[in-house]
Amino acid sequence: MAKEDYKGIWVFAEQQNGVLNPAVLEILAKALELKAHTGEELTAVLLGDGVSSLAETLFAYGADSVILAEDRALASYSARPYEAALTQLAEKYKPSIILYAATSLGRDLAPRMMVSLKTGLTADAIDLGFDRDEVFYQTTPAYGGSILAHIVILEARPQMATVRPMMFEPIEPRTGAAGKLIAETVDVSADPDYEVLETAPKQDTGDAIEGAQVIIAGGRGIKDQADLEPLKELASLLDGKLAASRPLVDNGWLPHEKQIGQSGTTVKPKFIFNIAISGSVQYQVGMQNAGCVISVNHTKGAPIFDISHYGVVGDYKTVIPALVAEIKNRKV
Amino acid sequence: MKILVYVKQVPDTDDVKLDPKTGNIMREGVASKLNPLDANAVEAAIRLKEKYGAQVCAISMGPPQAEDVLKKALALGCDEAYLLSDRAFGGADTLATSYTLAMAARKIGDYDLLLFGRHAVDGDTAQTGPATAAQLGIPQITLASSIDVQDGYVICDRVLETCTQKVRARLPALVTVTGEINTPRYPKPINIMKALKKPRFVWNAEDLGADKTQTGIPGSPSSTKEVLEPPKRNADTKYFSGSTEEIAAQLADMLHDEHLI
Repeated sequence: MAKEDYKGIWVFAEQQNGVLNPAVLEILAKALELKAHTGEELTAVLLGDGVSSLAETLFAYGADSVILAEDRALASYSARPYEAALTQLAEKYKPSIILYAATSLGRDLAPRMMVSLKTGLTADAIDLGFDRDEVFYQTTPAYGGSILAHIVILEARPQMATVRPMMFEPIEPRTGAAGKLIAETVDVSADPDYEVLETAPKQDTGDAIEGAQVIIAGGRGIKDQADLEPLKELASLLDGKLAASRPLVDNGWLPHEKQIGQSGTTVKPKFIFNIAISGSVQYQVGMQNAGCVISVNHTKGAPIFDISHYGVVGDYKTVIPALVAEIKNRKV
Repeated sequence: MKILVYVKQVPDTDDVKLDPKTGNIMREGVASKLNPLDANAVEAAIRLKEKYGAQVCAISMGPPQAEDVLKKALALGCDEAYLLSDRAFGGADTLATSYTLAMAARKIGDYDLLLFGRHAVDGDTAQTGPATAAQLGIPQITLASSIDVQDGYVICDRVLETCTQKVRARLPALVTVTGEINTPRYPKPINIMKALKKPRFVWNAEDLGADKTQTGIPGSPSSTKEVLEPPKRNADTKYFSGSTEEIAAQLADMLHDEHLI
């Protein structure tokens, strides 16, 4: 079949326990822009069991139609039954584009879809669009974040990408928006070889950087673990959370949950201090929506200053302890 | 039990230079290392071997220099190493890579457990592991923060966005591990010596019986069309300067004005 015969933009409507992942609404907003360009129908694909009421939300946030496949085997997420169901639907309808949220679930499922549909899958795109040649591209930071790459899937269809959460704003919901609800039957059975034995809500250690209002982040310029202490002290004085760019997580000083950026968490604090962080694109995509950006770096030309409201060109090892002392003085 | 652990050689720096003419990465003169999360996968394999006994095969796809990371895997305790190296594998996206990695698993055969790091620090897609599981039609556990094998099942804890899970998959299965799963050991000098005597194999496309339309560039539906400089946002940065104490005072004034202190 020729690639021109594949039509339509699909968004995988990730839900768990009957709750849509918020990233689905963000991706629908972006998909509406794609639709404005191609004129193709925008479809949300909803898999689960007893989740039909979510269709209304999907219509309100931009979907023209919702393909709903309900089955007991799809009640909770499991890679192989979801892969089987979505593959059957994609082979039947032949969409041109399928977008997934780059969540743990989306990143578990989408690579399997890439194999079953024998097509391309771009990981963790931060933007999507059509270039001057009318080719659909997915933007990802590349080569350590020094540049952005436009990835394309020229011949294979559907063109697929996981899309990073918190990159786009959902549209204002269109109240009473109606769409086409298509109920589909899929041939799936529960995976006899995979079982979730226990699920527990994540223990709130009080350290989570997601949702934090103040973040003190340290980066590659910190060469000794002991030098993190003044950062921790500053965090506690400002009622903030300690975070890091990738190098400090790679070397094991902080757990992965503390990592800001492309392969870590996206944060949107009111204040963020970037301490000895040069500011690769991969880091910036994780914090570029922060309200007030304050950066300390000894290199005047560090890219982090391009997005900073306040900057100090200097040695964090003296500046941060001095700031800690100054704040303590003023509090007395 | 036979464990296949997949390792990747990655540049030992983020400051990768691009060829200004081609936009391609300039690898010459750039030191390389074992992908950090693959070190966690190797450690997980070795600990399972120490606990239950296992044959651990390390596998890497790459140019001949990728032997270095396989030698390291052997020094850490893997039993044999397989380098998948062929010009026909070059330029592969994650679909073509997973095809090639799965062909190697088939050729080695009788595998129980495939281990991957959750992602590579250079490409950062986290797709090759799950895609390889799909190629082999086996179950997968991604983002494992613990691992054990019992009664023909691999059992892992997973840390997700809002919850933690304990899951099990029947062997053969594929697991991708996070950095929290363990602390990788350092190779002992004596083991580095011993590693040189362990079996090492180099396989090309023909050895794997691979269909060359599914490897490398021909087997890769996705490609990079364009590289761009990130857009400059040019925030109007206000700089603080002076002595350290003066800088600290200005910072504190600003924090006060912003009602943070």
